[in-house]
Amino acid sequence: MIFGGRQQTNGKARRSLKLMIVDDSNIMRRRIERSQQFDELELVGTAGNGVEALELFQKTDPDVVTMDLTMPRMDGIECIGRLVALKPSIRILVISALADKATAVEAMEKGANGFLNKPFTDRQLNEAIAELMR
Amino acid sequence: MLYEQELKTFVEGTTNFFEVAAQQAATIGSPYLMEGSPAVHEYTGVINISGKREGVVYFTAPKAMLTVLLMKMQEHDFSHETMRDLVGEVANTISGNARRDFGRDFVISVPSVLSGEKPDVPKRPGVRSFIIPINWRSHSAKLVVSLT
Repeated sequence: MIFGGRQQTNGKARRSLKLMIVDDSNIMRRRIERSQQFDELELVGTAGNGVEALELFQKTDPDVVTMDLTMPRMDGIECIGRLVALKPSIRILVISALADKATAVEAMEKGANGFLNKPFTDRQLNEAIAELMR
Repeated sequence: MLYEQELKTFVEGTTNFFEVAAQQAATIGSPYLMEGSPAVHEYTGVINISGKREGVVYFTAPKAMLTVLLMKMQEHDFSHETMRDLVGEVANTISGNARRDFGRDFVISVPSVLSGEKPDVPKRPGVRSFIIPINWRSHSAKLVVSLT
């Protein structure tokens, strides 16, 4: 799903980073969208699996991605590797219920920049995104 | 023989979801054992386990509980698909906790979701299941651990 264009403030285009949310759960996609509090992040779209994420990437060229890992069609680990190959500067925050260290290490080795366990509070989400954009 | 620590991992995975996602802790009722599988509620999230242990673990909850849980999560969509989505996320959290605590001794499946009046919950003839009531606000769900 693709979302609208650049936000306007007082007639001037606000400088923004484009955000893509990837999660097979509608609840989680909406939760992340609703809870993130960064004015500089402009949501450009959401995807329910890795294949959709790659298609959306071609259309919207996001700068920041939140990425679930366990998804149908293409999982998050493979998708991270492909996104990083396409755009090395992309910033990826993994948001997953997979709480084991080995999974986090694998995601980081593929190119993820942060890892947040589900479930999460709004504060934890915003701290993780702030860290990602630092 | 199911060890206390293993049960604790599954229980904590469940209660952690309520505590973090809804910002309101769930309490545990008195666990009990029964032969076979207990009756389930409208929505059930199932994980299959193999390796050191074999069997299933599932979280089953009534629609009323899930509706209030969604409200507490600031969700506005209370459709059947969203209920399925939510119970799947709870099972996902249980699964993630188990992977963290048990490591490679346990092979844990991606959660599946069952719904409807008489869903086809995996039967384990001859296996006794631990049933742990999960109480939250005025509602009660069940965590069922059926492993050998």
